[in-house]
Amino acid sequence: MNDSLLRIGALMLRYYYLIRGSWPRLLEQAYWPTVQMIIWGFITKFMAGQSGWVAQAAGVFIAAVLLWDTVFRSQLGVFLAFIEEVYARNLGQLFVSPLRPWEMIAGMIGISFFRTLFGVGVAALLAVPLFGYSILGLGLPLVALFGNLLVFGWAMGLLVAAMLLRYGLGAESIGWASIFALAPLSGIYYPIATLPDWLQPVAFALPTAHVFEGMRQIMFEQQLPVGHLLAAAALNVGYLALGAGVFLWVFRIARERGLLLQQGE
Amino acid sequence: MAEAAIRASGLGKRFGETLAVRSVSFEVARGSICGLLGGNGAGKTTTIAMLLGLLIPTTGKAVLLGADMQRDRYRVLPRLNFSSPYVDLPQRLTVRENLTVYAQLYGVRARRVRIAALADELALEAFIDRPYRSLSAGQKTRVALAKALLNEPELLLLDEPTASMDPDTADRLRRYLAAYAHRSGASILLASHNMQEVERICDDAVILRQGEVVAQAAPAELIRRYGGRDLEQVFLDIARGQERLAG
Repeated sequence: MNDSLLRIGALMLRYYYLIRGSWPRLLEQAYWPTVQMIIWGFITKFMAGQSGWVAQAAGVFIAAVLLWDTVFRSQLGVFLAFIEEVYARNLGQLFVSPLRPWEMIAGMIGISFFRTLFGVGVAALLAVPLFGYSILGLGLPLVALFGNLLVFGWAMGLLVAAMLLRYGLGAESIGWASIFALAPLSGIYYPIATLPDWLQPVAFALPTAHVFEGMRQIMFEQQLPVGHLLAAAALNVGYLALGAGVFLWVFRIARERGLLLQQGE
Repeated sequence: MAEAAIRASGLGKRFGETLAVRSVSFEVARGSICGLLGGNGAGKTTTIAMLLGLLIPTTGKAVLLGADMQRDRYRVLPRLNFSSPYVDLPQRLTVRENLTVYAQLYGVRARRVRIAALADELALEAFIDRPYRSLSAGQKTRVALAKALLNEPELLLLDEPTASMDPDTADRLRRYLAAYAHRSGASILLASHNMQEVERICDDAVILRQGEVVAQAAPAELIRRYGGRDLEQVFLDIARGQERLAG
């Protein structure tokens, strides 16, 4: 186990070196979350005077955008950690070292955790002086909301990393865009009840829909959304197992087809 | 009798309709340096990838340091290493950072000491804190070799290690590899197109043609057996299908 931790740490160290050597990369971590937060902050300010619904819960859009950015950054963290190795033609080197595929998964997840914490953390901190809104006002349930979104992002990140391993850099654009396909079903800025009846069960098959419904339950009804949090956690167990399983399965295909030596630009 | 460092038994690989390696069987004795020779497309890189378990063979079996590479590769991977022009290292990291990451992946203790020793032995000091991407092809090859030696491997698989080097650097590297094998008792499998290199440092040579082993013996024995001027002549005759046994 100690050896495994050392190897997972080595992957994270590699990413730390990459970030340390490039301040634009560090800036990029926080840039988009902050820009999004500012846009939605102003929308909130405007809407608060126009809409009773928004006025009831100041900061609902800022909380929503910060939480949505959590799932996006989390997915991107896994995807970018993997694509760096593809760009560098480093997969062959990595997998003749004692690194196990599951350790690679754990390393990418670790990298994603710190990337997301930094990126979303900076935007969340800036929301306090800019719009007088602190997401910490959600209280302890915020940990559960944040954790559920992180885990779902990891699962999606593993699925796109698997696609990249199988189809090469031709699948890169799908990796960047795929998570946005889930945004309309996640109910980030509107209740799931807004969706057509037939689409609502599909939406509730996503942990994100439960998280955003839960967020609104806390903000509008001041209730702990136990049901939504448990449903999101249960779904996440399945999605993470699916993401890891598909990645490991594609890794096996990559070894059968010689893809580990063929990756790169 | 000690288990061979490498035992390849009927290794074959098919990619769809393409037969990349027909059937490769050979052994590399412990403590020896073995050249793996063959023209372009003969199957050298595919064979090395199958030996390492990076590629799952369609047929046959590879046993390295006593471990079946399909079932038990993680048991021996810490004792192996590899370098190839078909893989690279992260471009934006410095040489020192790359070596530090790989030293940790291989569980090397006293990493700084080991990296300093390799930097000295392979003359990396002048560029060890430069980004890997800024290095010349020859410097990159030396760094790749340093990475391959980080864990003081018992078995080293090198794919064309001197291909991009000037004659002086290549000569130093060959001396270094021979001395390393002698000093540590390590075994080396060296895929190369440089016949003089193979003649000079290899105890044994395996020649591939169209995905099959067509000859295996010590370089001097191959020259004697096929009656060539040198190993290059023997290689050319075999590669062109014009070989005939002498006497």
